[in-house]
Amino acid sequence: MSISRADIEKVAVLARIKVDGEQVSALEKDLGNILDLVDQLSAADTDSVEPMAHPLDAVQRLRPDVVTETNQREAFQSIAPATEDGLYLVPKVIE
Amino acid sequence: MHNKSVAELSKELDSGKISSVELAQQFLDRLKQEDGKYNSFITISDEQALAEAKSADEMRAAGKATVWTGVPFAHKDIFCTNGVRTSCGSKMLENFVPPYDATVTEKFKAAGAVCLGKTNMDEFAMGSSNESSFFGAVTNPWGLSNGEKRVPGGSSGGSAAAVAARLVPAATGTDTGGSIRQPAALCGITGLKPTYGRVSRYGMIAFASSLDQGGPMARSAEDAALMMNVMAGFDPKDSTCIDRDVPDYTATLNEPLKGLRIGLPKEYFSDQLSPAMEAQVRNAVREYEKLGATVKDVSLPNAKLAIAAYYVIAPAEASANLSRFDGVRYGYRCADPKDLMDMYTRTRAEGFGNEVKRRILVGSYALSAGYFDAYYLKAQKVRRLIQQDFINAFKDVDVLMSPVTPSPAFIQGEKTTDPVSMYLEDVFTIAINLAGIPAMSVPAGFVDGLPVGLQIIGDYFSEARLLNAAHQFQQVTDWHQREPQ
Repeated sequence: MSISRADIEKVAVLARIKVDGEQVSALEKDLGNILDLVDQLSAADTDSVEPMAHPLDAVQRLRPDVVTETNQREAFQSIAPATEDGLYLVPKVIE
Repeated sequence: MHNKSVAELSKELDSGKISSVELAQQFLDRLKQEDGKYNSFITISDEQALAEAKSADEMRAAGKATVWTGVPFAHKDIFCTNGVRTSCGSKMLENFVPPYDATVTEKFKAAGAVCLGKTNMDEFAMGSSNESSFFGAVTNPWGLSNGEKRVPGGSSGGSAAAVAARLVPAATGTDTGGSIRQPAALCGITGLKPTYGRVSRYGMIAFASSLDQGGPMARSAEDAALMMNVMAGFDPKDSTCIDRDVPDYTATLNEPLKGLRIGLPKEYFSDQLSPAMEAQVRNAVREYEKLGATVKDVSLPNAKLAIAAYYVIAPAEASANLSRFDGVRYGYRCADPKDLMDMYTRTRAEGFGNEVKRRILVGSYALSAGYFDAYYLKAQKVRRLIQQDFINAFKDVDVLMSPVTPSPAFIQGEKTTDPVSMYLEDVFTIAINLAGIPAMSVPAGFVDGLPVGLQIIGDYFSEARLLNAAHQFQQVTDWHQREPQ
C-alpha cells in the first residue's frame, strides 16, 4: 500500500513535525515500505476476535481521591525552556 | 575485580577486603579508560556514584547491607535518575535532568547499589542496532579484535556492550520488541524480559506503553535473578503494574530440570535462520535433553503476523506518548519560534531523529480518522490471536526454545538505509511482547567468533522457572563466561 505526498504532509501537521520537500520524498518511500509490511494484517481472519489492549486484560485501578503529591513547582519549572512568575512561557497565542 | 559476578563482588565487600568507595573508584577508572572503544555510556556520574558508595559503606557498617550494597552497575538512559541527566538517547532530552527517580532507580538505591552512569541506547528505544542514538553508535566488543565495528544490537545496546566488556557486572534494560534479548544475544550476555506488569514502568520513559517492560542484563542467570529480586514488584504509581507476590528468584535456581517439557516452535526455525545459527541453537537444546528435559515440536501459526501487528501498535502508542515533547515544560525548544505552531513543529523536527519521526508519523497515520479500525483495531485483534497461540502451546510444554536473532551481530551501517530490514531483526522476539509473556536470552555458542543467543520463553509470571532453566544450562556450559578479546 502506498502513501501519497498529500497524506504525509497532512499527517506531519497532525503530528506537529515540520517536514520539507526532500524529506517528504524519503518518507514516501520509507512509510510506503512500512505500510506494505503492515498490510499482511488484512489477510488475518479476525471476525470474532476481541481486540487486546492489556496482556492480562487488567482494568484501570482506582485510588482514593485524595492529594498525595506535594507541590514541586520550582523543581519542575527549573528545567523548563522558559518560565516567568511561576508560569510556562510560549509564543503569543492570542493577538 | 571487573571479572567478578554480582554475588562475588558482594562477598568481597562483606569480607572487608575492599570498601564500596574503593570498588566504585576502580570501576570508574576502568570505565573511563576503556569506554572510548565502545561508546557504551552516555553519562558517567562519578560524583553521585562515589556518594552512593560512601552511603553503601555506611549501610554495611550499620549492619544493613543487602547483596547489592556497594555493588556497581549501570542504568539504561531511559530510567529517570534524580539529578543525573536522562537523555533517552535523544537530542530532545540532551539536557534533561529529572527532578525525580524512576521506581526501578529508587529500588536499586534502597538496596545500596552504586550506579556508575547511564548507558547508551537507540533514541527513545526505537532501534535494533543502537545506531539511532543522538550520542553516537555503540560498538560491540565482539569482532573488534578483527578490526570490525559491529552493532551491539538495540535498543539496550549500551547496557549489553558494557556488561560484555566487563565495564559493569550488570545493567538495566528495557524491552518493547526485543530490546533486552536481541542485544544480550549479540553481545553474549544474559538478559530477561519479564512478564508485562512485573516491573514498574514509573519513571521509565515511555515508548509503547502496552509493550514496554524493564528487566535485567548481566553475565549470568544468577546475577539476573539477583537483579530481579530488586526490580520486580507492585507499584501503585504504575497503573498497569500487577499486584502479585514476588518470589526469591535465586531460591529455585538449583532445581533439577528432569522432566522439563520443551517446545520448539517450528515457525522460529524457518528459512530466515542461517544453518550455522540453527546448529548452535539445536546443540543447546540437546544439552537440555542431557539434563533430563523432553523436547517436542509445537506451532505458533500466527507468529508470522507479529511484526506487522507490532509496527502498528508500537508506533501508534509512541505517537501518543511522544506528543509530550512539545518544547514547553522540559527538553529541547527550537530557537526564535515565530508562533506556537512554529515552536511545536520545529522543536519536534529538530529534536527527534529520523527513526523516531518515521514511527511517530506511521503511528499518527494509523490512528487518524478513517484508518483507526483498519490499522490499530485490526492489529489489536491479531495481537490476541498471537497471544492465544502461546496459551495453547503452554498447555503441552513448560517452556519454548528458539533462536533470539536470525544471524549474529552485523556490521555498523549495514541496515541503516532500509528501516524494514532493521525491523526484521526482531522477527523471533516481537511476538513475546505482544503476548506479554517473559523470555530470556542466554549465551549458547558462537558463529564466526560472534555470540549466539538461545531464547527461552515462558508462560506468564514464570521468570523463576526461566532463570532456573538458564542457570542449570550455565552450570554445564561456559558460553556465558567467554570474554571478548
